[in-house]
Amino acid sequence: MNAMTTGAEAFLGRFEGLRAQLPGGRTDWVAALRADAAAQFRAQGLPGRRVEAWRYTDLSPVAALGFTEALTLAEERPALPAARAPWRAVFVDGRFAAGLSSLPPGLAARSLAADLDAARGLLGALAEPLPLVALNTMLFEDGLFLEVPAGAEGGTLELLSIASHTQEAQKGRPIAFHPRHLIRIGQGARLTLIETSLGPAAAAYLHNPVFEIAVAQGAQLTHVRLQQEGRAGFQLCTVLAAVEAGGTYDNFTLNAGGRLVRNEIHAALRGPRAACHMNGAQLVADGQHADTTTFLDHAAPDCASRQTYKTVLAGRSRGVFQGKILVRQAAQRTDGYQMNQALLLSEEAEIDAKPQLEIYADDVKCSHGATVGALDEAQLFYLRARGIPAATARAMLVEAFLSEAIEGVQDEAARAALDDAISGWWQREGA
Amino acid sequence: MPAVSETIETVQSVQEGGYKWGFETDIEMEFAPKGLNEAIVRFISRKKNEPEWLLEWRLKAFALWRKMEEPRWAAVNFPPIDYQDAHYYAAPKQKAAPKSLDEVDPELLRTYEKLGIPLREQERLQGIAVDAVFDSVSVATTFKERLEQEGIIFCSISEAVQKHPELVREYLGSVVPQADNFFAALNSAVFTDGSFVYIPKGVRCPMELSTYFRINARSTGQFERTLIIADAGSHVSYLEGCTAPMRDENQLHAAVVELVALDDATIKYSTVQNWYPGDAEGRGGIYNFVTKRGACRGARSKISWTQVETGSAITWKYPSCILQGDDSVGEFYSVAITNNRQQADTGTKMFHIGRNTRSTIVSKGISAGRGQNTYRGLVKISPKAHGARNFTQCDSLLIGDQCGAHTVPYIENRCLTAKVEHEATTSRIAEDQLFYCRQRGLSEEEAVGLIVNGFCREVLKELPMEFAVEAQKLLAISLEGSVG
Repeated sequence: MNAMTTGAEAFLGRFEGLRAQLPGGRTDWVAALRADAAAQFRAQGLPGRRVEAWRYTDLSPVAALGFTEALTLAEERPALPAARAPWRAVFVDGRFAAGLSSLPPGLAARSLAADLDAARGLLGALAEPLPLVALNTMLFEDGLFLEVPAGAEGGTLELLSIASHTQEAQKGRPIAFHPRHLIRIGQGARLTLIETSLGPAAAAYLHNPVFEIAVAQGAQLTHVRLQQEGRAGFQLCTVLAAVEAGGTYDNFTLNAGGRLVRNEIHAALRGPRAACHMNGAQLVADGQHADTTTFLDHAAPDCASRQTYKTVLAGRSRGVFQGKILVRQAAQRTDGYQMNQALLLSEEAEIDAKPQLEIYADDVKCSHGATVGALDEAQLFYLRARGIPAATARAMLVEAFLSEAIEGVQDEAARAALDDAISGWWQREGA
Repeated sequence: MPAVSETIETVQSVQEGGYKWGFETDIEMEFAPKGLNEAIVRFISRKKNEPEWLLEWRLKAFALWRKMEEPRWAAVNFPPIDYQDAHYYAAPKQKAAPKSLDEVDPELLRTYEKLGIPLREQERLQGIAVDAVFDSVSVATTFKERLEQEGIIFCSISEAVQKHPELVREYLGSVVPQADNFFAALNSAVFTDGSFVYIPKGVRCPMELSTYFRINARSTGQFERTLIIADAGSHVSYLEGCTAPMRDENQLHAAVVELVALDDATIKYSTVQNWYPGDAEGRGGIYNFVTKRGACRGARSKISWTQVETGSAITWKYPSCILQGDDSVGEFYSVAITNNRQQADTGTKMFHIGRNTRSTIVSKGISAGRGQNTYRGLVKISPKAHGARNFTQCDSLLIGDQCGAHTVPYIENRCLTAKVEHEATTSRIAEDQLFYCRQRGLSEEEAVGLIVNGFCREVLKELPMEFAVEAQKLLAISLEGSVG
């Protein structure tokens, strides 16, 4: 408990020192928003394991590290991976790097810090009373502000987040950054967003992004998240999405990097016939902790949701899946499905799963399933009997295990990136 | 309960509508003063003529309880309970302990007859041994001599404390310790009676054992404690039933049940819980806050819980299995119905510790009216439970658009070779099923009853036959008024 309080105090102290310098520090509505968030964060603190939503993920390493927020953008230009889309928005340590980015015309894509006034009434509109969202609101420096106009065919945009080595500049203290991304897809518009997060291999840092995503009537957003943070990094990501009538929000998340990672998605289906698909793969290796927590709020009739999550665990690692489907009384004829499966490759791995249904409407079809197990010896034997070496056979079975979650990723660029990430992981950790 | 088909019909004709077991027996009672303090704990212990060690045990539980907080994590809502506003001891006045049924107050015998448990006939005809618990105390136990021939001990726990203190001392609190949870601690401090069963090595109990719990007095709680020990290679099937009068006040029932199965032993524990559920507006009814847990201590031991939960205003209950012995087996079969304003938060916990331990969970929740029904369960597999298996199935049925059905399973696995499978579904009664039944001349209510029984079949078939018949009728009665 003490470590948690200290951890929260460090962030709050940092906020007190920085509040005038943060974007919008002298703008009343932003200052008020941040002050409210600070009060909320002060009251909640960093969640401990006695908080039900955090019973399987322990944030005490975050509290213990005493992160500090970087004040200036890193001088050095980090090496960028090859582009995956024609347009790319690059963020270094949570700040927009204009020189590294090429933004698509016509989509109103810009730095949030640079156009904060336009976000009035939008910023925080979807926020839930979650401590990490409050932490983000209190300290965000920048983010992607994207408003796809009604009817636009937005194509594919890459969002690249890079943690650089600024901790030397911060006198050895690891840095934290809290980007706030506002993504609004206008009526009938479409967009694919491929988001990659990368970081240095050995340095500790905290990446605490919050996405506020509004999908208007009949619009569609495909959001592919490739989380490949450095192995000493922390990512605590919260996606807050609202989907209006006939709209679709597709989220695919790969959790492959980081020391401790939480992928938390809250999606509300607010209009009739809205849809949400959430899929994901967690590849967790020795020393890693990966948590996917989803909350699907069916608030309107005739909506559908599908979730498939797969976790592969190697070495001394821990995987967590928590998924809740809420069907409100108005949400008649809801069709909700959720599946989460875990494959254990090691005697030292642990998997915790908590699928959850909370249903207040009667004309619904909702189901969830969960399985946990090791590789099937009979299947391995079958492949080996056909002359396939053990290592290849294992790789084939793991690939087959993941395929159901991955096959939903249709975008070619995204799919290629995903395949690369998975095969790279397998070569490092699997064999 | 061996309540037989008669129960429902006879009582139905006596009572009009709703809860058929809601009458009150007018009998001279002895009460402890209202309130809860150390003096009351000492009073209960003195009344029971208990040895010093048990008093100490109770006082320790009471001290622990005072430092604990009421659990609030379950999906149930109720106003704060005033623990000082109840009698913690209420017993029918009797001169001395009855030696046979002939000495039992005829008014009591009539009560049980009215409930469909004619203790006398039972003794002669049905081959089921019954321990009848009336408010705080056990009033009669049938078939004692027959069971004694086999070396089986079946008596009230108070009697066991006097006659078999070594067994009670060894096992009491060994599965559910005093500090286990708020309600278990409360029970440990103030439990007044309950059943005690010991099945010796290698004995297969020749008949079903049964306890019938009845809350009668006003402003009382019932805190019974049941302890069942199945020694190596033995087998027992135990049934439990319960009812209470209709009242506007909420009454607390906080029981503790502990089961211990040694090597190769099997315990089958069946419950038909039919406490008064409160009226349609949610006034009155029993708060059923119960801790039930079994320890499969021995290799190849087995504990099977079957429950049909139709009553109570609020049910808070998680019959669990600690699978310590290698190759031990835990089972949980449950039907829970909530109608009107009933709330149920029930499920199970399976702790896999030994190798090749297996567990099966089948839960059927039915919500009607404004009822809220939650399945909450935990399957935990420790690193050494090699080859452990679990299968869980939770199905929920919704009848009407004002009710809720919730599923909250927890799966925690730390063993590579374990296999865990969980599936859950929620749906309502399909229109085509209803149409089919109606077409064949069934009323809507009959059709719903039929479909619900089919929905619950996997669980009902686990019940001993007489119980199953009763349970089926109970399902239909519990759902009365939920359609049409």
